[in-house]
This record gives sequence, structure tokens and C-alpha cells, in this order.
Amino acid sequence: MFPLGIYPYIIGGLIIGIGVAFVYIMTGLHSTQSSFFSSTISYFSKIPYFQRKTYIDSREWRLYFAAGVILGAVVYALTISGFWTTDVQLWRILIGGFLVGFGTRLSSGCTSGHGISGLASLSTTSLLAVITFIVFGVISANIVQFLGVLP
Amino acid sequence: MNKRNIVLFIGGLIFGFGLAWGGMAKPEIVLNFLQLKDYGLLLLMGAASMTAFVAINIVPRFLPEPILGGEFKPRTRQLSRNTILGAVIFGLGWGLSGQCPGSSLASLGIGNLMIIPGIAAMFIGAYAMGRFFGS
Repeated sequence: MFPLGIYPYIIGGLIIGIGVAFVYIMTGLHSTQSSFFSSTISYFSKIPYFQRKTYIDSREWRLYFAAGVILGAVVYALTISGFWTTDVQLWRILIGGFLVGFGTRLSSGCTSGHGISGLASLSTTSLLAVITFIVFGVISANIVQFLGVLP
Repeated sequence: MNKRNIVLFIGGLIFGFGLAWGGMAKPEIVLNFLQLKDYGLLLLMGAASMTAFVAINIVPRFLPEPILGGEFKPRTRQLSRNTILGAVIFGLGWGLSGQCPGSSLASLGIGNLMIIPGIAAMFIGAYAMGRFFGS
């Protein structure tokens, strides 16, 4: 069940939760991830959907938050793990990325918005979303594996 | 740089460090979970949401408002057809590539430059959603 052990996952999850908790206690904001795409697009697109107040109001702090996420991982690589590159094929990264960007915004949440902040807020909407994306993630990943595409 | 942005930056640092520690920055580890070879990411999501649960549900009993001002409000969303349809589409992309929005940023941080086209594709996907289906 846990070939790499359970501790990296539990410790990593606790650290992620502490980051979310710190931001919430200090500001009341939910530091979720996928809105970052739409709020950043609001700098460039005049389309009413992107010019919503919620994106305009949050676009600046979401940039700071995203910069922090990237640099936090840089710190981890520099101090603990070293740098690393994936073997997942470019076509999967491109098509998968498009579906992730489209789907998370249509669903108003991703693994962090529904999966962490939503579940922590006891939102049944988020619980249903989490179950759905895990089930379809499992289906998709197993089809890919069944077709012999690795990793 | 105002105090709120500094808090968000520090919160991001912690979040990204945790994503890297927990393996989510590596699409291979996410794929191992979705291919049911390693259930560790359930532990990660559980530990993260339980910690956030304390901040969202218990801390406000002792603290009237956030330290920098504002208000405590749990994150709730109205359930709609789009919530579920979007989660289906997201899940298909997640299982195909092993990347999600936060983990792709952390992946860039651990030096995975291959993820840059994935982040660009996420922006295009988010744009297409808002452009053609946003209301």
C-alpha cells in the first residue's frame, strides 16, 4: 500500500496544512491554487468572466502565493532532495495540462480548493468534487497504463 | 509590499515546501497513486485538510477575526452540474499527466522544467473555459 512509507506523505500533508492554516488565521483568505490561472488572466483579458471582482481583488496576492509555492519547492530541492525532471511525455503534459486548467476552473476548485480547503470547511460540494476527480483520475491513469504508456 | 502579500508569500513557501516533501511535485508519484500502487497521497490530503480544519473550524472560536483583519468564512461552493463536469475533466487530465495546479508550480520549483508547457496549457485551458463557457 505504501512502498515509500507513510511519513513523507503525512509530514508533507501537515506542512501543506500549516501553510493553509497560517494564511487563514492571518488573513481569513483560502490559499487555494487553481483560481491563480483565472485571476492572472484578468490582467490581460477584458472578457467579463475574467474581470469579475473576485479575480481582480485576489490577483495580486495569488501571484505572491504562487511565487511562494515555487520558491518553497526550490528550497526543498536545494536543502533536501536535489533537482529532478519528469519522464512523463510532453504530449501527456500538454493535453493533461489543458484538461486540468479547463476542468478545475469549470469545477471552481482543484486538489487544494476542493481537496484541502473545501473538505476542511466541511463542504459537501467539495466532497463530491473530490470523489469525482479521484475516480476519473484513477480511470484515466489506468487507461494510460493499460495502453502501455509509461511512466 | 503590504503585510497581506508577505503573509501569502510565506504561506506559499510553506505550501510549496510541503508539496515537494510529500512527493506531489513529481507527476510519477501522483500517477503511482492514481494507478493504485501507492495510497500515500490519501494520507497527504487527509493530513493537510485536518490541519486546515483546525484553522477553519476551531481557531475562530478563540479568535474573533483574522490577525490582519477581514473575516473568517469557511470555503463553500454551490453544487452545480459544472462542479461535477469540471471535476470529471480535471480528473481525466490529472490521470493522464500526473499534474494539478499547485503541484505543477512546486514541480517547477524542484527543477522540473518539463512542466512549463503543462503550466502554459493550464492557462490556455483556464482561458478557454472562461472565454467559451464562463458566465
